[in-house]
Amino acid sequence: MTVMTPQDEAELAGMIRAADGPLAIRGGGTRSPAATRPVLSTAGLSGIVLYQPGALTLVVKAGTSLSEVEAVLAERNQRLAFEPMDHRPVLGTTGEPTIGGAVAVNASGPRRVQAGAARDFLLGAVFIDGAGTRVRNGGRVMKNVTGYDLARLQAGARGTLGVLTELSFKVLPVPERIATLALPCDDPGRAVAALARALGSPYEVTGAGWDGARVLLRIEGFAASVSYRGGELARLIPGLVHVDEDPWPALRDGRSLAGMARDIWRVSLRASHGAILAARLLEAGAAVTLDWGGGLLWAAMAPGADLRAQMADLGGHATRLRGTGPGPALHPDPAAVAALASGLRRQFDPEGRFAPEA
Amino acid sequence: MELPRPSPLVMERRAEIVARLKAALPADTVIDDPRGLLAYECDALTAYRCPPLAVVLPRSTAEVATALRLCHEMDVPVVPRGAGTSLAGGSLPTADAVVIGVARLTRVLETDYADRLIRVETGRTNLSVTGAVEADGFFYAPDPSSQLACAIAGNIGMNSGGAHCLKYGVTTNNLLGVTMVLMDGTVTEIGGGYMDAGDLDLLSVICGSEGQLGIVTEATLRILPKPEGARPVLMGFGSSRVAGACVSDIIEAGVLPVAIEFMDRPCIRACEAFAHAGYPDVEALLIIEVEGAPAEIDHQLGLIRAIAERHDPEVIRESGSAEESAAIWLGRKSAFGAMGQINDYMCLDGTIPVTELPLVLERIGALSAQYGLGVANVFHAGDGNMHPLILFDANKPGDLELCEQMGADILRLCVEVGGCLTGEHGVGVEKRDLMTVQFAADDLEAQLKVKDVFDPKWLLNAAKVFPLAVTEGRRP
Ligand SMILES: Cc1cc2nc3c(=O)[nH]c(=O)nc-3n(C[C@H](O)[C@H](O)[C@@H](O)COP(=O)(O)OP(=O)(O)OC[C@H]3O[C@@H](n4cnc5c(N)ncnc54)[C@H](O)[C@@H]3O)c2cc1C
Ligand SMILES: Cc1cc2nc3c(=O)[nH]c(=O)nc-3n(C[C@H](O)[C@H](O)[C@H](O)COP(=O)(O)OP(=O)(O)OC[C@H]3O[C@@H](n4cnc5c(N)ncnc54)[C@H](O)[C@@H]3O)c2cc1C
Repeated sequence: MTVMTPQDEAELAGMIRAADGPLAIRGGGTRSPAATRPVLSTAGLSGIVLYQPGALTLVVKAGTSLSEVEAVLAERNQRLAFEPMDHRPVLGTTGEPTIGGAVAVNASGPRRVQAGAARDFLLGAVFIDGAGTRVRNGGRVMKNVTGYDLARLQAGARGTLGVLTELSFKVLPVPERIATLALPCDDPGRAVAALARALGSPYEVTGAGWDGARVLLRIEGFAASVSYRGGELARLIPGLVHVDEDPWPALRDGRSLAGMARDIWRVSLRASHGAILAARLLEAGAAVTLDWGGGLLWAAMAPGADLRAQMADLGGHATRLRGTGPGPALHPDPAAVAALASGLRRQFDPEGRFAPEA
Repeated sequence: MELPRPSPLVMERRAEIVARLKAALPADTVIDDPRGLLAYECDALTAYRCPPLAVVLPRSTAEVATALRLCHEMDVPVVPRGAGTSLAGGSLPTADAVVIGVARLTRVLETDYADRLIRVETGRTNLSVTGAVEADGFFYAPDPSSQLACAIAGNIGMNSGGAHCLKYGVTTNNLLGVTMVLMDGTVTEIGGGYMDAGDLDLLSVICGSEGQLGIVTEATLRILPKPEGARPVLMGFGSSRVAGACVSDIIEAGVLPVAIEFMDRPCIRACEAFAHAGYPDVEALLIIEVEGAPAEIDHQLGLIRAIAERHDPEVIRESGSAEESAAIWLGRKSAFGAMGQINDYMCLDGTIPVTELPLVLERIGALSAQYGLGVANVFHAGDGNMHPLILFDANKPGDLELCEQMGADILRLCVEVGGCLTGEHGVGVEKRDLMTVQFAADDLEAQLKVKDVFDPKWLLNAAKVFPLAVTEGRRP
């Protein structure tokens, strides 16, 4: 396949205008299927534009690798608080994930339950739409209600509303201490109940998951505060103990499921419904983990099995990250909402240059 | 400020329009007598007033849908209204518009502590959402100073914030789902009790769209467990510039208070006279609040004090009791009211990068001298959201216009240093004509394209947010 690698926004806009059919936008290509269309790579749109640690803000070009962003922030003891996941283990892809790709899929890790998703830390964006028009929205300040929030709308749009070229973020300090507490538990109902007690407490849990065998809780902050809150949580939930390992990256990336020869699903639903669906899927022989207090369910299902049939009464939505099971990879929205979404896509991409690939 | 000329086509059908609304809705939901309409002629931007053609106050989503469907059929403009506390003229009617208000939709539909959410009808006031869950140890985080009066409807319309948003985020970060009626009467359910959007994140554009995309009748909101405790500290400085520098240093040091509020001397004096909060008489005051268990609070305040000491504070005073804390916040939250008692003022709402605080405060001082109008500064310093209050005399001819010019200069300054026109109050009619300072033509066009999808006839609150010249061919 042809690969186009524009070096700036003007060149990118020209390529979009000159295209005569759909394109495949690629950052690192770590979260995408193999392209069957000409590729528009963001590799040439890379670099830090502005970093002001004292204002907690970072402006960066969209093709910059996540590892570069994370390294730059680490030098000043700051970080991206939304903990973007790494799709390489599950998707078996190689390459370097980009910050643009992370925003395009609103990739958010365990801290979403407390701090928020990629969209919540996004302060502004520049993108080139399907007609080759450059659009700037938002800015680089923490509070901004000037006009409609198109930057956040881009988060999770998977590139269907335009190619992101520049992004600004709120970043946060790295806490002095990070601690993980665990409790043996093989029942998702009991696990989610324990997670709810922790999340309903004032102890500021920043990770709340279940890896199939253990309830996992994370707390972060100043050292004295972390040990105080750890003690209180152990009092609240008898049996919780400190563990030294860091189980969060594995839980975030679905690594315990990645090696199985199965379809991989990611389901966003109400936390208490996470417990219900987990029980149903375990019964049916799936492997399951939970994050976000139960609000995010990962499942490895027999190839072709229809996970959505099990959740019709529960609400929420399921994305098939890997595999070919029945139905589309993305969960269909209700008709009235889908009509709005496709209306927006027609506005920003009238010629279908960025039409969904799968 | 100019409003579009009322459509003669609508005005001459007034009787028919009211009759059709009355025929389709319960009798007491439609107001059309001139005295009744006066109550809806303005919001909190009282300099601008205009009674609407009629007001509809539905009691259900279905009634909202009926009213919208009829207005859509008859090509009648609609202005959605919550509690009418907008400071930007967001809920200001036009003479040819039907105001659809959600004031009667106030029920709590569901509370779920295990899933940490509440579902309410949007006419419910912000404070009474917290009121519904606080006995059980929870609260709804966004806390506009107007929270006793303003409704969730308007909070969503404006993406409102408040003092504690430094830690907890603004409305968009705490909104999980809505029931929204489109202009043609279609009822949509967007989002819900779960966190990620299915396909496009439509809540992003709905929140902060100033009543231009639909009428939100129900909302699912995130609720949080109350912290164990919270304690504010007051710090007084010899100049605004030094206080501003102290704020940047605190942020850079990695301490994240829940709130950092700033007031200068004119504002401090007004608040003190009004609320008797015990504020010291200094040039610049910071109120910084931290949360947690007593030992955690002591630790964080220790770090903050150490940073503040480097800036030679004149006063540092920690709250010693719940009553003192309440008094400190009452003073701050009544700042606008207090200023209003002693002066006419115009309240600005620009945001700047916090690193620019000292520079911007200095330049606001220079503008104040240049225009000969006093300025009182009160703002959310932690996130750079400024509320300079420009003082003027409404009875003095030309003073309001002078004040508006100076306000525009300050907002241009905010944009120039990397900030924006409005951090939480919204654009409304007030900042509408400044939008071209912040946005290029293509940037605005992209926003208009979103409205085209939700409201193809451009009937919903269409005289707001965008300069009239920019929306010319689209508005009816
Ligand atoms: C069908 C499907 C559904 C998925 N659902 C989810 C999900 O719900 N949550 C989740 O976290 N991950 C999801 N993923 C995974 C996701 O696409 C990846 O992990 C991303 O974040 C890796 O960065 P990258 O630079 O390698 O992105 P790439 O693999 O290069 O691109 C990822 C996606 O973002 C788009 N994209 C990349 N860069 C830009 C840019 N600059 N501007 C605009 N668009 C761009 C691409 O077109 C592609 O759609 C899904 C993947 C697929 C195939
Ligand atoms: C003294 C005072 C202090 C204030 N302090 C703050 C503050 O600290 N932080 C802050 O952010 N704001 C503040 N405000 C501004 C104001 O209170 C907020 O903008 C508030 O959210 C408006 O809510 P409302 O219900 O009164 O909305 P309204 O004024 O009725 O409407 C506001 C906007 O929302 C739209 N709207 C209303 N209802 C709906 C609906 N059902 N569906 C869709 N759109 C709708 C309207 O059309 C309008 O554009 C303050 C105002 C005052 C008077």
